[in-house]
Amino acid sequence: MKYKLQFLQYNECSILVEWPAIIDKNMLNDILNFKNLIQNKYGKQIVEVIAAYNSILIFYVSTIEDVNSVFLDLELLYDNCNSISVIESNTFRIPVCYDDEFAVDIDDYSRTKKLTKEEIIKRHIDPIYTVFFIGFLPGFLYLGGLDFKLHLDRKKTPNLNVKKGAVAIGGKQTGIYPQDSPGGWHIIGNSPIELFNPKQDPPCFIKAGDKVKFHAISKSEYFEIQNEITLSRFDIKTLLIV
Amino acid sequence: MIKVLKSGFYSTIQDLGRFGYREFGVPVSGAMDSYSSNFANSILNNEKGASVLEMTMIGAELKFLEPTVIAITGANMNPMLNGESIDMFNSILVHANDILSLGNAQSGFRTYIAVKGGFLTETVLGSRSMAKEVTDVSKISKGDCLLISQYLSSVETKNAKVRFYSSYFESPILKVTKGPEFSKLSLEQQELLCSQNFEVSKHNNRMAYQLLPLFHNSLDSILTAPVLPGTIQLTPSGQLIVLMKDCQTTGGYPRVLQLTEESINILSQKFTGASVLMRLRI
Repeated sequence: MKYKLQFLQYNECSILVEWPAIIDKNMLNDILNFKNLIQNKYGKQIVEVIAAYNSILIFYVSTIEDVNSVFLDLELLYDNCNSISVIESNTFRIPVCYDDEFAVDIDDYSRTKKLTKEEIIKRHIDPIYTVFFIGFLPGFLYLGGLDFKLHLDRKKTPNLNVKKGAVAIGGKQTGIYPQDSPGGWHIIGNSPIELFNPKQDPPCFIKAGDKVKFHAISKSEYFEIQNEITLSRFDIKTLLIV
Repeated sequence: MIKVLKSGFYSTIQDLGRFGYREFGVPVSGAMDSYSSNFANSILNNEKGASVLEMTMIGAELKFLEPTVIAITGANMNPMLNGESIDMFNSILVHANDILSLGNAQSGFRTYIAVKGGFLTETVLGSRSMAKEVTDVSKISKGDCLLISQYLSSVETKNAKVRFYSSYFESPILKVTKGPEFSKLSLEQQELLCSQNFEVSKHNNRMAYQLLPLFHNSLDSILTAPVLPGTIQLTPSGQLIVLMKDCQTTGGYPRVLQLTEESINILSQKFTGASVLMRLRI
């Protein structure tokens, strides 16, 4: 492990570890490796570890008495780990319907970006996106890898009701709204896949470090999948790319 | 079982919170004023994690369909049992068909009712705390029937009335520590932030409390990073946002200060217009 880390006490029970302020796939691997190491070594002393682009927050069971010794232990753990293992990850093929019925902003988006709908869809389904972390809303994936030609600042006035499953672009990011919620991103499609299900444990089948590839489906395919999901007949494993 | 005759302004079942799922973006939730909710449970000798009813601003009216023992803590909402005033901070025996009614909060903002053994509403991802997008029911409504633990009269409760001073939440002082981006403020701003009086804006709920007036600054956004209840974010427009128990798990605004656990409890008892002062703990 090779990054210069910063350790800070965040509150009575938690420590923040910061990597350099960049978004980087190799660094993500480093972050997730360190997170796993911490969880393996301190299992019972830790409630949970929250990771984001360039930091992790380690939440301890009890109040931290001697913060410097905790910093030293963590630094030692990081420095002594030489093996650069690649985090186990899955790649999922997520169906998206780009039909006008769902893509409520695609006309405006297409005019502003001077790209045809076909070009937009092609550029959106082409990359393999990396899941950096899940945050903001339950099940909201922070995806990296959007084609720079699709970047567009978020809307000045947010939509008050973005539909669950909406696939959207905001700034340099693309994402899927896991629930109905307000949102300021440009909506270009909708996915029937449930990204968050609190009745299951874990509630998300995708985790940080996984990869996502979108593929375009028709409206009838969309409703077929949605129906299977409603009837609990849909098998998530069919989304795995092996 | 308890039947909800009136729900109050905003009432939810809460426990210590939903831990272990923040990596999926699930808010931690749990009682806003954990000091008061823990206290209610300890009066009844309940387990620390037993679920309680949290009421906000205006209390509920409840009909008990079975006997149990209850304890009420937090803000004083003038609790009455069958029309007669009852003590707070004490264990009270209730019988089947008794009606417990609570009014407007007199001091403080949130009141807790614990029942012997706790409420037995739906558990989702290891917690009974009601939360939007996570539990099917996100707050209690008129007509709801809430399952409670069966009361066995042999079970011991603490009979002695416990002394309790609710004045702990009357102080305007919130103890804070430096947030990760605190040092990006100029020294003058740092000093001002921790000496200026702020007011709780009308935008206050279980997710966040906004403070007034605006605090002008030129801090840049940060790469989205973890946040916790008690994190004070500062937006480019100068809005100070104190995140509370139902807050999101990550955020992109600079995190200038962090409330202590105790101060989260204190702020939870404050309402629109209340004055607060952040005091830096070194």
